[in-house]
Amino acid sequence: MRFGFFLREAIRSMRRSAAPSFAALATVVVTMVVLGVFIPIVQATNGAADSVRGRVEVDVYMNTNATSADDARVQSELRGLPHVKSVQFVSKQQAYDEQKAADPQAYALLGSNPLPDTFHVVPTNPSDVLTVHTEIASSGPGGGLIDSSIQSVSNKQTDTKKILEVTNLVTITAAVLTVLLVLASIGLIANTIRLSLYARRREVEVMKLVGATDWFIRWPFVIEGVIVGSFGALLAIIVLGITKIALLDPLANNWSLIAAPRTIAFSVLVVVLLGAGAVVSAVGSGLSLRRFLRV
Amino acid sequence: MASIQSQNRISRRRRDASSAVPAPSEVRPAGADQPGTPVIEFRGVSKRYSGGDVGLDEVSFSIGRGEFVFLVGATGSGKSTVMRLLIKELDPTGGTIRVAGRSLDEITRRRIAYYRRNLGVVFQDFKLLPGRTVYDNVAYALQVTGGSRRDIRDKVPDILRLTGLSTKLHNYPDQLSGGEQQRVSIARAFVNHPPLLLADEPTGNLDPETSVDIMRLLYRINRTGTTVLVATHDQAMVDKMRRRVLELSQGRIVRDEATGLYTRDETTREFARRMRAPATRPPGLT
Repeated sequence: MRFGFFLREAIRSMRRSAAPSFAALATVVVTMVVLGVFIPIVQATNGAADSVRGRVEVDVYMNTNATSADDARVQSELRGLPHVKSVQFVSKQQAYDEQKAADPQAYALLGSNPLPDTFHVVPTNPSDVLTVHTEIASSGPGGGLIDSSIQSVSNKQTDTKKILEVTNLVTITAAVLTVLLVLASIGLIANTIRLSLYARRREVEVMKLVGATDWFIRWPFVIEGVIVGSFGALLAIIVLGITKIALLDPLANNWSLIAAPRTIAFSVLVVVLLGAGAVVSAVGSGLSLRRFLRV
Repeated sequence: MASIQSQNRISRRRRDASSAVPAPSEVRPAGADQPGTPVIEFRGVSKRYSGGDVGLDEVSFSIGRGEFVFLVGATGSGKSTVMRLLIKELDPTGGTIRVAGRSLDEITRRRIAYYRRNLGVVFQDFKLLPGRTVYDNVAYALQVTGGSRRDIRDKVPDILRLTGLSTKLHNYPDQLSGGEQQRVSIARAFVNHPPLLLADEPTGNLDPETSVDIMRLLYRINRTGTTVLVATHDQAMVDKMRRRVLELSQGRIVRDEATGLYTRDETTREFARRMRAPATRPPGLT
């Protein structure tokens, strides 16, 4: 009976103050649409940065006269190193075929195969690449290579550093933007709610004078916040859904870049937005009311 | 354990409140002094505002059960301060205030709401809820206390009939005249049958004829045994009513007179007739 009463009170006050309620609703819709667009973009950016970092690896070139026994030994040595995720072996013949396919004329001139057997060593974490490099290049006897049958280790330190720096920057920027956007959304919604409460502060004062407890006054406002918040989020989801079906999905079929591999699933996005809308407006209403309850 | 105790205290308080007030039909002589604890007791109460202004200066008085008391004085003399202290909107800076024997200091912030349910309060600006009809405004006072729908259906039409608003049930406050709005606010204040009714300038915004009707209503409520304290600067009205008068000036009590005991058995109709008659100031009153 109590909840029914509060619900009726919430609906009554929304009907009586339609304009402020509509303003709050519009604010929620706009912020939720922006958030709904921004979350997948941030995730796609992070995904792209990750895949760039995933290409960071150490190439180990064997001596041209290395035997397959040497290859096997080196492979197991490399596998045994810390921070190594995987070791991929490319034989000189595979390398030759690949290069020949890329540039047949040049390799036709060469006649013999000048390429060495190669190992691609992928570190577990891209930022460990330099450690892995040092391990291979200078932890052997006398500060040299770990195995005498290795001819050289690729030295792409500057490139690697740059990639790591740029991708780090992208990830951090995205994170900062996300935090700012979320804060701005909360602030915007809270402010709109405060405005609509300010218009009703006399009413709250009267309720207190009649002997209403704080929570008796607060519940209808919180329920109103939940209704406005979830309804706004619902509208935003409809807008996002239409955009996704009408614009994004056709594009994704012919343009593989938009179909970024690891963005949030739409259903999860729906739940996140609905939850955020309802919780932020409910908590916002409850907290903003505190000021006016001090009578 | 503690919560159970406090629960008990509330329910006991409610029972006290309801037993202290007889049914409206049970008419009791107004102004009859009852022995026992006074309803309102101010003891050396001071209120200094943060700006350094003195609202009240060492004020002491007490009001017994069933009394009808006027609190008079010029603007800024401290009338509203007394009212705001009584509804615990403000806390005194010195002295103690007791209502029905309980010190207001003991009431915590969270208990204020429950304390206020034992008071009826009427304001100069009515303070009605603009989004609700007359009926809902009065019903809200019952809903606040957790009154059932049946309770509301029983009591609200009754009190609106008493205040002469039976035809305006579904009007909104902005569709009513000032006098009608004040009646609604009195109905709301009295629907719980509080033992104490406070009225702060109840006729301040009304014309003289309407004021008489409002005073008549307050008098009628007083005759049911409710203690009524009216703050007003309408000296002519006070002199005609011949009730106890407390006069404040610059935060001090300068006059406390218990006049007009002889009109004990006046009916509300006789009362209204006398109120509409030209003012006859009793000798000795300034």
